[in-house]
Amino acid sequence: MKILVCISHVPDTTSKINFTDGDTKFDTNGVQFVINPNDEFGLTRAMWFKEKQGASVDVVNVGGPETEPTLRKALAIGADTAIRVNAEAKDGYQVAKELAKVVKDGGYDLVIAGRESIDYNGAMVPGMLAEMVDANFVTNCISLEVDGTNAKAVREIDGGKESVSTTLPLVIGGQKGLVEESDLRIPNMRGIMMARKKPLNVVEPNGASTETGTVKFEKPAPKGEVTLVAPDNLDELVNLLHNEAKVI
Amino acid sequence: MSILVYTESENGTFKKAAFEVASYAKAVADQMGTSVTAVAVNVNDTSELGKYGVDKVLNVSNDGLAKFNAKSYASVLSQAAKQEGSKVVVLSQSADSKYLAPLLSVSLDAGYASNVVAAPTSTSPFTVKRTAFTNKAFNFTTIDTDIKIVGVSNNSFGLVENSASASSEDFSPEITSSGVTVESVDKVTDKVTIADAEIVVSAGRGLKGPENWGMVEELADVLGAATACSKPVSDLGWRPHSEHVGQTGKPVASNLYIAIGISGAIQHLAGINASKVKVVINTDPEAPFFKAADYGVVGDAFEVVPQLIEKLKAFKAANA
Ligand SMILES: Cc1cc2nc3c(=O)[nH]c(=O)nc-3n(C[C@H](O)[C@H](O)[C@H](O)COP(=O)(O)OP(=O)(O)OC[C@H]3O[C@@H](n4cnc5c(N)ncnc54)[C@H](O)[C@@H]3O)c2cc1C
Ligand SMILES: Nc1ncnc2c1ncn2[C@@H]1O[C@H](COP(=O)(O)O)[C@@H](O)[C@H]1O
Repeated sequence: MKILVCISHVPDTTSKINFTDGDTKFDTNGVQFVINPNDEFGLTRAMWFKEKQGASVDVVNVGGPETEPTLRKALAIGADTAIRVNAEAKDGYQVAKELAKVVKDGGYDLVIAGRESIDYNGAMVPGMLAEMVDANFVTNCISLEVDGTNAKAVREIDGGKESVSTTLPLVIGGQKGLVEESDLRIPNMRGIMMARKKPLNVVEPNGASTETGTVKFEKPAPKGEVTLVAPDNLDELVNLLHNEAKVI
Repeated sequence: MSILVYTESENGTFKKAAFEVASYAKAVADQMGTSVTAVAVNVNDTSELGKYGVDKVLNVSNDGLAKFNAKSYASVLSQAAKQEGSKVVVLSQSADSKYLAPLLSVSLDAGYASNVVAAPTSTSPFTVKRTAFTNKAFNFTTIDTDIKIVGVSNNSFGLVENSASASSEDFSPEITSSGVTVESVDKVTDKVTIADAEIVVSAGRGLKGPENWGMVEELADVLGAATACSKPVSDLGWRPHSEHVGQTGKPVASNLYIAIGISGAIQHLAGINASKVKVVINTDPEAPFFKAADYGVVGDAFEVVPQLIEKLKAFKAANA
């Protein structure tokens, strides 16, 4: 089985979010970038397929040279080859279109992407990609088993979960549950050394267009002071929630 | 030309989100000088949609659609959009709608904006306000394609009533087969889900152990709320993963979010900040949650929560 794991390169979850160029661009100054958490769960599940079922695992990112340390980290965790499509990621459609070419050229059976990226929160790329390459698609995936060309997956739904059966080729949008937090791997020294020698292939984009554009970013209005209520005066809290906030 | 809206249902009745997306579609239709057409799948009585501005309902009744299937449902919507010549398709951000939207986007060659929280700021260029960076910012996005898909976040636009009535006609699309078969659905039906809830009661590591969740559930019961938890609580196995909210868990956009024994780490706040009113109960006045909350009680959850339950019961009895 040939597996491709899509890696988006996102600001660390503690990052302060700021913008530059008249609030049209994300300010990367002083921001630490990481593998998108949903993709890290997917990559770790892919490692399981590699170790237990002899799958090959490549990782891919659509982005500029600045994303290479993130791809190297994925190699250090155990991926075989990294591919960087040398184009600035502009919207979900353009990224999916670029990834579709990688998937077709590489003849991948299983594509593991994340449910959503924590920067743009589009939840677009995996579904669009599946549709473009005519693969089956399961998102919010919290469990995945593959046997030959058959796959069983569990999808989280509002208020529960759903078990599905499907076949390869398959694209999934993964999240926590695919593996647990405790299964995540911190690259060790040997992994990091090996990653330096592993191939990181830069491929030129096919120049996919976008369907959406950013006009500007805006930060939420600063929050007013909290209204404190004494613990022995909870009638007041009920009163405030009813008469002032009007939520009960 | 009409605005097409997908009005989701469950067991033959509309979800609340259906009325919210209908209200949104009506606002877009008014801006663009057109009407609203809804697609309803296996719904017994669609008349209520008129109240939220829908002019016409396309009624789909088909056993092949009894269980939600993203591919088949996307195809139904795609056929409806083509029949109606719709240039804008509106849907919710439920797990199901988020699943089908990217498929629909490719099949209609339509640009898609997710997590939209307000009516378009302009219809030419078509510009919407969406959240990004997990609620740490807003992004004004243009959709540049001929057909546009707008995913409206739950509880962001609200319900807007209109005094119209909707006509209804049968719609019999071709049902596309899907390579994904639903084998079984495991769903708690007697509890409010985090996605649908107007009130969410959430607790963190401050509760010390899973045996102390009785009072959280009771508080949720009194309020008709969903229960949620912080990430360590689900990592420790005190509560199911499905209750984990925050940046890497489920997003919360309720009207009221009550946080008990939760410190208010940036990753937690990012995922719940879209909630309109936040209440924190915490022993530590320095807990970061107090900076994000509207109302706060500095106190011990084990004393405050049981009392709050009693007060709320009394309030409900008085207001019943
Ligand atoms: C990559 C990444 C992603 C993450 N994603 C998420 C996420 O999605 N969601 C999330 O929640 N976290 C997330 N976290 C974890 C986050 O950083 C915090 O560690 C976590 O939110 C803390 O949970 P907590 O508030 O329950 O526990 P703690 O931080 O331990 O806080 C417990 C609080 O309870 C209070 N307390 C103690 N006793 C009582 C009492 N008797 N009565 C009242 N209050 C009491 C304490 O004062 C304290 O403020 C993430 C972390 C990382 C690194
Ligand atoms: N620039 C990118 N390069 C590679 N994969 C990506 C990129 N952007 C998004 N993805 C994948 O698509 C998933 C969902 O992203 P999004 O649609 O942006 O929310 C991510 O978790 C990644 O797996």
